[in-house]
Amino acid sequence: MSTLSAIVLRDLKVALRAGGGAGIGVIFFLTLVTIVPFAVGPDMPLLTRIGPAILWIGALLASLLGLDRIFAADHEDGSLDQLLLSAAPLELIAAAKGLAHWLATGLPLVIVTPLLGLMLGVEPKSLFAVALTLFVGTPGVTFLGLVAAALSAALPRGGLLAAVLVLPMSIPLLIFGVVSTHVAIADGSLGAPFRFLIAISLFFLVLGPVAAAAALRHVRE
Amino acid sequence: MNFQSDGIRLTASGVSCVRGGRPLFAGLSFELAAGGAITVLGSNGAGKTSLLRMIAGLLAPAEGTIELRGGPGSVGEAAHFLGHLDAVKGALSVSENLDFARALLGGGGASNEIALTRLGLNALQDLPAHMLSAGQRRRLALARLLAAPRLIWLLDEPTAALDAAGKEVLIGMMDEHRTRGGMVVVATHLELELEDAREIFISNGRAV
Repeated sequence: MSTLSAIVLRDLKVALRAGGGAGIGVIFFLTLVTIVPFAVGPDMPLLTRIGPAILWIGALLASLLGLDRIFAADHEDGSLDQLLLSAAPLELIAAAKGLAHWLATGLPLVIVTPLLGLMLGVEPKSLFAVALTLFVGTPGVTFLGLVAAALSAALPRGGLLAAVLVLPMSIPLLIFGVVSTHVAIADGSLGAPFRFLIAISLFFLVLGPVAAAAALRHVRE
Repeated sequence: MNFQSDGIRLTASGVSCVRGGRPLFAGLSFELAAGGAITVLGSNGAGKTSLLRMIAGLLAPAEGTIELRGGPGSVGEAAHFLGHLDAVKGALSVSENLDFARALLGGGGASNEIALTRLGLNALQDLPAHMLSAGQRRRLALARLLAAPRLIWLLDEPTAALDAAGKEVLIGMMDEHRTRGGMVVVATHLELELEDAREIFISNGRAV
């Protein structure tokens, strides 16, 4: 277990230090949420209504940034070989790297969501609901992204490929994320859509590392 | 610390290598016992790196098998692979890099103090690794061999970027590793003075 916690710790350090790029997702999220009202116009009721959807799209796009670097950076400096020589199973190593990536890039998005929601006029009681659905949904996006990151590890300009691979697959997360937010706003409680969101996220949490490990073994050839 | 390596053998039988549809070498067999060493010689592109990667299990041989007889687990789990990339993270300090290697590849080896002193990097422990020169990065990569003891050392052009003193240290490390029962496979296009090392010469698709 100490091997996996060492990987999480190392990736967090690399991401949070200068040039790691952990902050860029939050800034992108902020920029996106800021420009939407300019496009939509000063229609407060409309913004309030579509606010949760904008927050979800913003968080989804922001979590795509840097996804391709999860394995590509290790591939470029030779660290990937060292990871492959570890006694720990590659699936768990991939999961550890996914967790570190989510902690460095996904969790900050969840934390700033209530703040950005205020900018869109989302009602205070729904801010918590949006943040909660993102807290459940963004790990799913990151772990789905692990597969794309592994596939594009050895490719130059793999970032675009990763985004193109991940976006269509993340549609179920987006649907149930936004729907469960609306249900929470209307009924005041999280209903069945939220459970679906949890289920899809858990599915990707399990599938992602396994598929990523298979892809990495293939890429190293 | 000595390795419990009596009776353990690294064996390759009938190994062939095909890269990008092009056959590099075929029918390579060898056996390496505890304390043994092999130098892999050959011109650029002959397949030296591919051979080391196949031994480490990072690359599947087109034909033949490579295995660790009488040993626990796979070759990869018992081996260090030092390629032309140093696997050093620039954002981490020198000692953090070494700590991570220990956590990843197994501990029980030299402390940072001892390993880095041996490689002449002790004064730089807290320096971010991106400040290191190419030779110093290579020395840090070599310090991994001491910090995380593993039975088999697979070294691909280990003297690249090293100065004369660094080369001396490396030769000393390899001799010491073999006295403790370790095995060394080193690919090089230069002469490396290793006592009674077997030589494998790869050229024109033949390995002898």
